[in-house]
Amino acid sequence: MNGFRAVFKRELKGYFATPVAYVFLVIFLFVAGYWTFKDGFYQMRQADMTIFFGNLPWLFVIMVPATAMRLWAEERKTGSIELLFTLPITVSQAVIGKFLAAWTFLAIALALTFPVPLTVCYLGDPDVGLIITGYLASLLIAGGFLAIGSFFSALSKNQVISFILAVVACAILMLSGMPTTLNYLANTLPAPMLGVVESLSFQTHFDSILKGVIEFKDIAYFIILIVGWTSVCSIILNERKAS
Amino acid sequence: MISVKQLRRTFGPIVAVDDVSFEVAQGDVLGFLGPNGAGKSTAMKMLACFLPPDSGTATVCGHDILKDPIAVRKSVGYLAENAPAYNEMTVGGFLNFVCDARQITGQARNKALDRIVPLCSVDSVYHQTIDTLSKGYRRRVGLAQALIHDPQVLILDEPTDGLDPNQKHEVRQLINEMAKDKCIIISTHILEEVELVCNRAIIIARGKILVDSTPDDLKTEYNCTLDKVFRKITATKKIA
Repeated sequence: MNGFRAVFKRELKGYFATPVAYVFLVIFLFVAGYWTFKDGFYQMRQADMTIFFGNLPWLFVIMVPATAMRLWAEERKTGSIELLFTLPITVSQAVIGKFLAAWTFLAIALALTFPVPLTVCYLGDPDVGLIITGYLASLLIAGGFLAIGSFFSALSKNQVISFILAVVACAILMLSGMPTTLNYLANTLPAPMLGVVESLSFQTHFDSILKGVIEFKDIAYFIILIVGWTSVCSIILNERKAS
Repeated sequence: MISVKQLRRTFGPIVAVDDVSFEVAQGDVLGFLGPNGAGKSTAMKMLACFLPPDSGTATVCGHDILKDPIAVRKSVGYLAENAPAYNEMTVGGFLNFVCDARQITGQARNKALDRIVPLCSVDSVYHQTIDTLSKGYRRRVGLAQALIHDPQVLILDEPTDGLDPNQKHEVRQLINEMAKDKCIIISTHILEEVELVCNRAIIIARGKILVDSTPDDLKTEYNCTLDKVFRKITATKKIA
C-alpha cells in the first residue's frame, strides 16, 4: 500500500509541478465549452447537458492519450524507472498508483466544467440525476481511455508513438459503436457478430449510462476494460522494464 | 550478507553476466572492476532486483532476489549508473518521495533528512529542481537517495563519476566511514579508488569473474601497480 501511496502522491503533484496540467486544463475546458455552445446549446431550448456530454468522448480520444503517453514512456526514456523499481514498490502498485493519479487529474478537469451545470441550473430546471450519471459516464470513459493509454505508454519508449497508438485504439473503440459503422458492417457481418462489435464499443455503454440508466453490464464493461488494460500494462512492464 | 550463486543473464545473443558467484560479508567493501561492457552494471542491477537473472540466484541479507525482491530492495541502497531521478521535482521533494516509498515517516523522516542532506552536501540545492543541477550534484542527490534509509547493503554503480576531486575525496571518506558495519559493492574505472576504499577487488570481463582477490594481494602477486594488473588481466584474456 505504501508504494502505491508514494507513487500516487508523486504523480499527482507532478502534473502541477510542470505546465502540463495547466496547458491541458485550459485547452480541455475551452474546447469542451466551445463545442457545447457551438453545437446549439441555446437553440435546443432544453435545460440539459446532452450536447456537452455527447461531445466529451471525442475530446477525450485526443486529450486522454495525451495525459497517458508520458506515464511510462517518460520513465523508461529518462531511466527513472530503474530508480522506481529498485525502491520497495511492486510493479502493480506503481501501475495502479500512476493510473489512479492520472484518473484523479482527469476527474479534476471534469470537475472544473462546473460552470456548465451551473448555467443549466440557472437557465432552467434540469434533471440533476441525468447530470450526475452524465459525469459518471464521462469519468468512466476517461478511465477506459486512460487504461488503454497507459498500456501503450508502457509499450514504447517514444511518447509520440504511444500517443498515436492510443488515439487510434480509442478511436476504433468509439467508432465501432457509431450507427454509420454498424450499418456498414451489417452488410458483411452476421447478426451475432454485429452484436459483439456493438457491445465492445465505448459509445454504446456510454450512451446508455448517459440516458440515466445505470446497468450492471455497462459499469462492468468499464471496470473490466480498466482492469484488463492495466493488468496487461503490468505484465508488459514486468517483461520490458529494463530493455 | 550478499551471496551470489551462478548468476547468469543474457541480452539476445550477448551474454552479459556468465555464471558469476561470489560472497560479500559485513565490513567488506568490494570493488567491481572491468572494462566497459564487462557486465558490472548488469550484475548490480540484478542484485538490486531491477533485472531478473536468466538463471542462478543471489541472497541479500538473507532474502532471495527472486523470491522476495521487495525485502531485498528494502535492505539495499542502490545508486544506478547515471543517477536517475525525477527531473521536474525539487531535491527536497524527491527525497521526500523516496522517504514515502521507504516508509520513513514523521520524526524518523526529519532525522533522516537532517542526517543525509549535509552528509551528501545537497543543502545548497535543496529547493532547486533536479534538471537544473550539474552532473556532480545529481550524483550526490542519487547518493542521498541511496543512503537515506541507512541500509545494510550498499550497491553503488560508479559513485564518484562526474564529481570534482574534492567531492571524490568526500565520497571515499564517506564510504570508509560506513564500511565497518555495512556491506558495500562499488563499481569503478578509477583504480586508485579501489586502493583507497576497497578491501576486496573482483575483476570481471565479458561476464566472467577473472580475479577475486584483494588490492594488496594483486599488487604483490603481479609486482606492479593496480593499473598494470588490470591491463594485464583484462587484455591477455581477450587475446586468449
